Amino acid sequence: MHSFGYRANALLTFAITILALMCAMASVSDNFNSPSPTSQVQVLNINWFQKKPDGDDEVSLTLNISANLESLFTWNTKQVFVFLAAEYETPKNALNQVSLWDGIIPSKEHSKYWIHTTNKYRFIDQGSNLRGKNFNLTLHWHVMPKTGKMFSDKIVMSGFRLPESYR
Amino acid sequence: MGWIEDTVTSVKSIQLRQALHQTISIGLIVTSALMIWKGLMCITGSESPIVVVLSESMEPGFARGDILFLRMSKEPIRAGEIVVYNINGRDIPIVHRVIKVHERKDTGEVDVLTKGDNNEEDDIGLYAPGQRWLQRKHIIGRAVGFLPHVGWATIIMTEKPLIKYILLGGLGLLVITSKD
Repeated sequence: MHSFGYRANALLTFAITILALMCAMASVSDNFNSPSPTSQVQVLNINWFQKKPDGDDEVSLTLNISANLESLFTWNTKQVFVFLAAEYETPKNALNQVSLWDGIIPSKEHSKYWIHTTNKYRFIDQGSNLRGKNFNLTLHWHVMPKTGKMFSDKIVMSGFRLPESYR
Repeated sequence: MGWIEDTVTSVKSIQLRQALHQTISIGLIVTSALMIWKGLMCITGSESPIVVVLSESMEPGFARGDILFLRMSKEPIRAGEIVVYNINGRDIPIVHRVIKVHERKDTGEVDVLTKGDNNEEDDIGLYAPGQRWLQRKHIIGRAVGFLPHVGWATIIMTEKPLIKYILLGGLGLLVITSKD
């Protein structure tokens, strides 16, 4: 009844239960945070715009992205993954999401930023629908916790338009 | 000498009863583990509700040995989600993030491109030869939750089978020798 094995077992079970409980509480505590991030994006330049040999449109943009994501960070936040996606509709596709830029924000100190960049991933359509296309730029973020449930949300910025002709 | 025989038979009967008891308790452990796993499969809708991260391609978000909880709901797949997918001809599923989505208007089918956060290149090189997009059939779940380091035991056991056998043997011995 009071052998070493039993005591070790009881201690281990208790320790694991407490640890699991603490992890669960840390994850639940994230729900009390109601974040209010802000973001602004400008398309500074269309660097080039063409139809690739296989028939798909491709465009290169220079972007200015600024965001304040400080309110996303809580004590259970390991990092925030943030990305900017172009989102639009074409006759064939109900939704196209093309990631243009992404970044990993490791801590609250880095979460208020301003970046000037060309698109990191190629902006290619499935087909040739980009001329004169209206599109949204959406800033998405995915909060990765130290433990527990992951959160995500987005800010949609609309009113962007690609030129009528290739250049 | 009659009392010796009596003792022997009584000891033998105790051992038989005990052996049966132990078989049942081992059976209970195995079946309840199976029930939990299958139950999780029903609740999450994913054929493997829990996966262990094996590579460093999602650093610093997910490290080797972290555990991910998967769900597979009817909701459409969207950019930014972390999905687990299988490629024909590869036995190990891959955990990466969706960076491009093209969803058909008529059928609702999706073409998806993925990339590991820590990789320079997107995943086209990992897909089957000639494959440019993932479809829904390749995806076995999306990550919804995360527990650090807990999966290390599995990694150690798959990489060093000796430890697995020692551990299993020890546990078996414990169950057999325990008097309870």
